[in-house]
Amino acid sequence: MFEEGAIFNELLLERLNYFIYVILLLIGLYAMISKNNLIKKLIGMSIFQTAIILFFVSLGVKEGATVPIYKAEHDPHGHAVSHDANDTEVDAGVVHSPQALKQGQVAQYANPLPHVLMLTAIVVGVATLGLALALTQRIFQGYGTVEEDELLVKLEREDARKSVSPLKAKVSTPKKTKTTKAKGSASHKKSVKPNPKASKTTSKRTSSPKKKS
Amino acid sequence: MTENAIAWIFIFPLFGSVACAILGLWKRSWCYPISVFCMIGSTWAGIETLMQAMDSSAGEVSYILGGWVLDLYPRGVGIEFRADLLGALIVLVVLGVGLIVTIYSKLPVQEETPNKEAIFYPLFLLQITGLAGISLTGDAFNLYVLIEVAALTGYGLIAIGSNRAAAAAFNYVILGTIGASLYLLGVGYLYIKTGTLNMVGICEVIEANGLQDSATMQVAFALVGLGILIKMAFFPFHAWLPNSYCHAPTTTSSLLAPLVTKVMIYVMIRMVLTVFGVDFSFESTLWTQVLPWLVVIAIVSAAVMALAQREIKRMLAYLIVAEVGYMVGGVWIYNYYGLIGSIFHVISDACMTLCLFLGAGLILRKAKTTHFDGLRGLFSKMPFTMFGFFVGGFSIIGLPPTCGFFSKWYLITGGMVAQRWEYMVVLMFSTMVMVVLFFRLIERIHLAVSESGENLGHGHGDLGLTKEQTKFDEGPWSMVLPLAVAACIVLVIGIYNQDVVNQIERFLEPFNLPKGTGRP
Repeated sequence: MFEEGAIFNELLLERLNYFIYVILLLIGLYAMISKNNLIKKLIGMSIFQTAIILFFVSLGVKEGATVPIYKAEHDPHGHAVSHDANDTEVDAGVVHSPQALKQGQVAQYANPLPHVLMLTAIVVGVATLGLALALTQRIFQGYGTVEEDELLVKLEREDARKSVSPLKAKVSTPKKTKTTKAKGSASHKKSVKPNPKASKTTSKRTSSPKKKS
Repeated sequence: MTENAIAWIFIFPLFGSVACAILGLWKRSWCYPISVFCMIGSTWAGIETLMQAMDSSAGEVSYILGGWVLDLYPRGVGIEFRADLLGALIVLVVLGVGLIVTIYSKLPVQEETPNKEAIFYPLFLLQITGLAGISLTGDAFNLYVLIEVAALTGYGLIAIGSNRAAAAAFNYVILGTIGASLYLLGVGYLYIKTGTLNMVGICEVIEANGLQDSATMQVAFALVGLGILIKMAFFPFHAWLPNSYCHAPTTTSSLLAPLVTKVMIYVMIRMVLTVFGVDFSFESTLWTQVLPWLVVIAIVSAAVMALAQREIKRMLAYLIVAEVGYMVGGVWIYNYYGLIGSIFHVISDACMTLCLFLGAGLILRKAKTTHFDGLRGLFSKMPFTMFGFFVGGFSIIGLPPTCGFFSKWYLITGGMVAQRWEYMVVLMFSTMVMVVLFFRLIERIHLAVSESGENLGHGHGDLGLTKEQTKFDEGPWSMVLPLAVAACIVLVIGIYNQDVVNQIERFLEPFNLPKGTGRP
């Protein structure tokens, strides 16, 4: 089907932009999924989004085309003036309603839409990145690490502490210290439902000096 | 005002969020009334839109933002908002749930995130704007932007709670971004091939030019589908959901849990029916063969994982994952009744999940623990809350007067007609699991266990609890009333199910779905 060298042409020269975007996309995806450091994950996320932006921008590229504002002066090839002399007169007027472009004229203009879409996508990407960085900061404040494996260990420990049945927790608490036992028996009704908020605040207190040091 | 009803749906919460952000700096207590006012206005506009869509002969209302219409490009220039019957129904669900949660939010927001009202309510209203926009937009790229609006505010609303919630939200950010970006990529391929972003326009171009066999379209469909499946927490991609909803503040989880996954299922239905067209979507054998089996795996594993949980909110989160499996299955068995069931289940699942999460919020507030064992004696303590909670629970199981029964009925009918026996078996299995889940919960709440673990409950009155623990102690009315309303809605939709189904049938009429055994 292809002549010699045609595959090379087809795949690398004509569609080089698609290759680059796919490679970038995969690099970003790999970093997001398998990197251990949360910041590296976010770098991967940025690469991922940039790859998509590259894809859209390369869609709209047209060599030798001009900005899509329909005015004769903007036409670098000077065809429009000779093409339709009435157009310049219409443009000189105050109001000119949009007209359908003729087949030949359309080819001279670049399609602005993919680029305009990417303006929005860039804004979304920046917002996502900012929010994710803020979250990372919160995670670092709370757990003192941005490495995922360390974070997971700490999270599991915290979840396990919280999800202990209140009945079992009640049985085990009197054994620990005498003061809690005295308290537990004195305020029997309250101790049936141990307050998870209390343990939360203590855990916060213990973790906060670490963050400062 | 009524002819611009679609625009008012967005204007109210959008400007409300700005007003909350500015006035909230000055007086935090104003945020709540502003939000309630905006949601009432928006819900009114939603009802008006649904009325207009029902009255119009085509069953849809179109609104081009800013009136950017040219004779040359009837669909081309502006961003179109289209409220067909499906979109109008879904947007009304979004706004109704939003209104109920807004009223509910007064105390939980003050208690769980003190002094953060000026941050919370703008995000909350923007979230509703995003979700309502997703359900009405007629533009594929605009849909991406609105998905991201809803997602970004959702991350913020989850992380506003504890540090644990922030860690859960981080996973959500990573997976949510992958999902939305894949969707965007798919839209890019669609644009290459069709040259338009308008949903109906895309469908027209596909049909006019016979693009069904094009490889580019297959790639676009795969990317869009994969992106949406990630966003809706379909089983292998569900990892972000349980942690996020479990650790989020009460108000956040009551808003996000009923809506986000359901709205994404709506997007899938929209893509399959309106954008790619029925012929294209169901002709590709890969999806119609593989997805129903993935659904089977999804429902079974989510149900089993729900069974393993010992905390209410986490259990409910896994239930949502299972319900997502129901609805995806209902679409992909490719049958008229399956799709009716799927759409109806989106509506009813939103209502019953709302009930469950509102109830769970009240229970957790009172019991101060998330574990099942901490819930003893709550029936006599807060009867109204438990009533609302278990109306939602019975609807999830599918007991008759609730809406969950009817939607599940249609799903099972669809499975039977399409001869997808595996889907029916799995639905039955999952129903059994949910019976176990909720009756186990009732048993925990009704029967008491002594501190050493032995069973003390001999009957209703003897719970092994002190009188103080079983004394009537209902939650505040600003939280119980919304729950009661939500429970009533579940029952009312169940009783008047035929009216809802009629509208869904009217929407599905033009698509010529197979009503008999339609295995492709």
